[in-house]
Amino acid sequence: MNGNNRSGPMFGEGSSTLLLLLYLALAIVLMVTDYRTDALRKVRHSASLLVQPLYTLASLPKQISEQLSDDWRSHEQLQAERDSAEKDLLIARAQLDRLQSVQIENQRLRELLGGTRGLQMGVQLANVVDVDLDPFRHRIQLDVGAQDGVREGLALIDASGVVGQVLSVAPTRSTALLISDPSHGVPVQVVRTGLRVVAFGTGETDRLRLPNIPQSADIRVGDALVTSGLGGRFPAGLRVATVANVRPDDTRLFMIAEATPTAALDRSGQLLLLWTTEVPLQTGPPIELADPAALRAVPTGSDAIEARAGETR
Amino acid sequence: MRLPRIPVFALSVLVALIFGLLPMPVWAAGFKPWWLALVMVYWSLESPQYAGLGRLFLIGLLADVLFGTLLGEQALRLCILGFLLLRFRARLRFFPMWQQSLAVLALLLNDRMVVLMVRGLSGEGLPPWDFWIAPWIGMALWPWLFLLLDSVRLSARGKA
Repeated sequence: MNGNNRSGPMFGEGSSTLLLLLYLALAIVLMVTDYRTDALRKVRHSASLLVQPLYTLASLPKQISEQLSDDWRSHEQLQAERDSAEKDLLIARAQLDRLQSVQIENQRLRELLGGTRGLQMGVQLANVVDVDLDPFRHRIQLDVGAQDGVREGLALIDASGVVGQVLSVAPTRSTALLISDPSHGVPVQVVRTGLRVVAFGTGETDRLRLPNIPQSADIRVGDALVTSGLGGRFPAGLRVATVANVRPDDTRLFMIAEATPTAALDRSGQLLLLWTTEVPLQTGPPIELADPAALRAVPTGSDAIEARAGETR
Repeated sequence: MRLPRIPVFALSVLVALIFGLLPMPVWAAGFKPWWLALVMVYWSLESPQYAGLGRLFLIGLLADVLFGTLLGEQALRLCILGFLLLRFRARLRFFPMWQQSLAVLALLLNDRMVVLMVRGLSGEGLPPWDFWIAPWIGMALWPWLFLLLDSVRLSARGKA
């Protein structure tokens, strides 16, 4: 190490001040480079490989305690849990059946319109690693990385709504930004009226902010908000939040609403990574004349949700 | 004679980093002290040859990679902390414990201002109020941490 002074506290004051200034300048240069450019991404990428074991170590206590509580769970408790899970599954299945018929109808209508683009959604399960990166930045670590096909910008959901998006990817881990982070905004739509707004994070896990809503807009407490699909990051139609209150903003020209996210943003458990791949535009002969085999060749992976959530505008 | 002391230093840094990563319940998010800084304060006071500015800078960079902060943020914070400690070391060392704790509080509050500046400049808004809790927790923990590290270090040296 170069910066240590064996002479202890009695070394010249001037030299240490100079050293401090040198390091401060170095740190500032690094920060600006990191903030403004992508030059340090490679360095960060390979350095993050070195620190992987630390994440594993830090998440051990939680894992062990969860394992223990699993082991100690009583038979009745497990039985009750299984029963309620079974009931949920039944309900979900019934809903899915209904959705499927709607989906088939939707597809037929789309074919009638001819050549609207469909988007195909793939999903992947990801576990949240129990480490806390920074309490004032809403970020989480996931146990999947570039090796599992994770890319930057993928949407992250749980059973009840949008959680966030992937921010940076290491080979075996990735970091995601929650929708409650102050620097995050998600384009949403009011289900009841179709009004489109942007929901910004506030730094609190139970609150999103929707500023700059026109006075004339129709938005009420209790309105459900879903992703609008604008911007292309999040597929359209995912649940995001419920409006909790609406009031005029400081200028009295616009309204500002607050909403409660539907997803559990308390940074734990299992999440789903969603990616959409565009089904290539069908160009060439009209559909009726094309080879039916070629139409079927549009990839429909067995584990993919075959929801053709197309943009119809 | 000096060999067994280095593992104590490295070990304390490692444990501080891991403690920093341990998950907290959401309501207690602001309560987590900056463990790394507390450990570095100890080493700066007791054997400053282990906590030179260069080493603090490198450890800060490591922490930046680990916590996903801007590369250089914690390095900058640690260097400022280390410089102040080196400057006032002669006085701080002979303070009674409660005064030392107050000094640690002042250092950590100063560090919070630095964080505020860095994050403000990189376009993050004002943090919530519990952003200011951590320094007080750090102050409360300081005497215990000091005693613990002291006993560990002395016993490690005694063995050699």
